[in-house]
This record gives sequence, structure tokens and C-alpha cells, in this order.
Amino acid sequence: MREREDEWTGLMRSAISGDSTAYHRLLKAITPVLRATARRGLARAGQPIDQSEDIVQDILLAVHSKRHTWDANAPFAPWLFAIARNKLIDALRRRGKRVFVNIDDFAETLPGEAQEETASASEIATHLNTLPARQREVLQSIAVDNASIKDTAAKFSMSEGAVRVALHRGLANLTAKLRES
Amino acid sequence: MDTDQLIRTLAADNTQRERPVGFALMLALLAAAPVSLLMFFTELGVRPDVMTAMRNPFFDLKFAVTIALAASAIAVSLHLSRPEASLRGFGLWLLVPAGLLVAGISGEMMMPQRAPMMTRLVGNNSRACLISIPLMSLPMLAGALLGLRHGAPARPAVAGAIAGLVAAGLAATLYASHCTDDSPLFVATWYTLGTIVVAAIGALIGSKVLRY
Repeated sequence: MREREDEWTGLMRSAISGDSTAYHRLLKAITPVLRATARRGLARAGQPIDQSEDIVQDILLAVHSKRHTWDANAPFAPWLFAIARNKLIDALRRRGKRVFVNIDDFAETLPGEAQEETASASEIATHLNTLPARQREVLQSIAVDNASIKDTAAKFSMSEGAVRVALHRGLANLTAKLRES
Repeated sequence: MDTDQLIRTLAADNTQRERPVGFALMLALLAAAPVSLLMFFTELGVRPDVMTAMRNPFFDLKFAVTIALAASAIAVSLHLSRPEASLRGFGLWLLVPAGLLVAGISGEMMMPQRAPMMTRLVGNNSRACLISIPLMSLPMLAGALLGLRHGAPARPAVAGAIAGLVAAGLAATLYASHCTDDSPLFVATWYTLGTIVVAAIGALIGSKVLRY
């Protein structure tokens, strides 16, 4: 547990200093833990657990858009679990239940507990369709077609900078739409 | 979009990085300050006897209190912009301006006074104070909330109230240079009431706009 969290902190430090591979590894590593927590939260609130993937994606987007609020000298796990808790409570509240989530729920989660296949979620897909065309195309190219920034730039005859901006705005828009929904 | 695809997309966006919340807050407050300054100089202005007033320690104390309020509220609001932070411990900073006021009141009590206590407390400008501080706060409150939107506060209403304290502290600093009531009793009563109004507005708006 302790080792796992130290590893997260190390990966996040590399990530914020520009290492996208470390960032990718970190997001992959935290996802099963977030998923287990989302399922447990839903189950406890008497909600169907098949909505857990929406919550996981919501948390990941929040982690991404708020990562500048992480203090590089502090451990990563408490920061992550605070965001996860906030998003889980939000999601449960939106589903009409008032639930209290214990912070210990996160810390107790065992590493190997949730190694399921990643499932598709519906909320992001819905909001994706409401984005401006350019942002949607760039997002789909990178997400679904697994294209790099460079390939995407070539495909749409854009500069790489313009692709980065469209990607960033698209993600920011998605985050905002999820928050308002 | 499945979660693996989302993760890949987020990793591709790692090169784009946000500025720290403190930077966003400063920019937003700097953008809002001219509006409050304009309100101040068109409607109120610095009191004419400011040069002699500066020799009165109770005139100077007003600025110590209001600037301490603004500074401690800025520090607390930046702390609260982190998702895992709480007010516990850090909220003690807000006692600094209150402590200055208490010290000022005790100091004044020990000095011979021409006017009785109630006269000093009620002063001549209580209504102007109660209206001016909240009004001049509004642009700065908008700025503070806008800046703090870059953060991720666990309790948006609390963060909004602290944003209100930031705005009220700054507005009260302007107002203090206009007002001829220098008694710490006046400040403790009317400035505090004005500040509470702004903090309440901040909490109300913050609970909506500071959610992340």
C-alpha cells in the first residue's frame, strides 16, 4: 500500500515535469483503484454498479484539469482520494441519494482487487457529440483512432500546436459539461 | 469513449499546463482593482486631512487590520484551493486581523477620551461604511471567485466566504482612507458587519461557481 502510493507520487512528479509516459502509467495505475471505489460507493448507495465507469472517467478528468493544485512536495494519494471522494459524492447526489463517503474506503482498497477490462461509459460519449466539430475530430482521432498529435495534425492539415490547443479545449469543454450536467 | 482511450487522450494533453491558482488569483484581482478604485475615487476619495490623520495611531491601525484581513484571507483561500485541504489549523490566520482589533480596542480604552464609548462606536459614517465596503467589494469579489475557480476546493461555500473576506479586506483598505471615524470600536462594529455581508454573498455564489 505504502509502496504503491510512493510510486504514484514519483510518477506524478515526473508527469508534471513533462513526462507524458509517466503520466499515462500513473493514470493506468490509479484507474482500477478508482473503479473499485466507485463500485463500492454505488453499491452502498443502492445504485446499479454499471454506472461506475462514468464516475471513474469523471474523476480522471478532474484529476487532469486540477493537477496544478497538487503540491509536488506532498504525497499524491490524499490529493487523489480527495478528488475521487468529491466526485463520487457529486455523482451519488445527482442520482438522488445523500451519501457519506468515508475517506478510509480509498485507503483500504487493495491493489489487485479490480483488474477488470475497462468498460465504455455513456456520459462522455454524449457530451462529445456537443463539442465544436474541430475539437471533436481531434479528440476522436487521438482517443479512438489512437493517432499521435503529429498524425492528427497531418490528417486535418493543422499545425501540431493547433492540434494541442484543440485537444486541450476539447477536454476542458468536456470537463465543464460534465460538471454542469 | 472507453476509459483506456480517455487515459490516452489525457496523457497526450500533458504538455498543456495550467498556472498555479495563486497566479490566476493575482491576475483576476489586478483586473478587478481598477473598477473598485474608480468607484472609490468618483464617489468617496481620500479624506482631506489625511496628512494629519496619519499621525494618529488609530488611523494607521485601520490599515493594519484591513490589510491583515486581506493578506490572511488570500493565504487561506490559496490553501483551500487544494482538494485535500481543510480550514483546520490554517483558519487561525484569520484571527490575526481580529487580534489587531482587540489590541486596538484595549489600547484605546486605556487612553483618556473626549467622546464617550457609544459615540465612538456609532461614529458619523456608519451607514456610509456599511454600504461602501460591500459595494466596493463586489468587483474584487468577482475577481477573487474567478481566480479561485482554477482551484479545487473541497467546500465551495467556505472557499467562497473566504473570497468574500479577501474582497472585503481590500475594499475596507480603500474605505479606511476615506472614513473619519478612527476608533477601533467603530471599525470592529461597522467594518465587521460590512465584511460579513460580503462573506455571505461570497459563500452563496461560491457554493455554485467554485464546484469543480
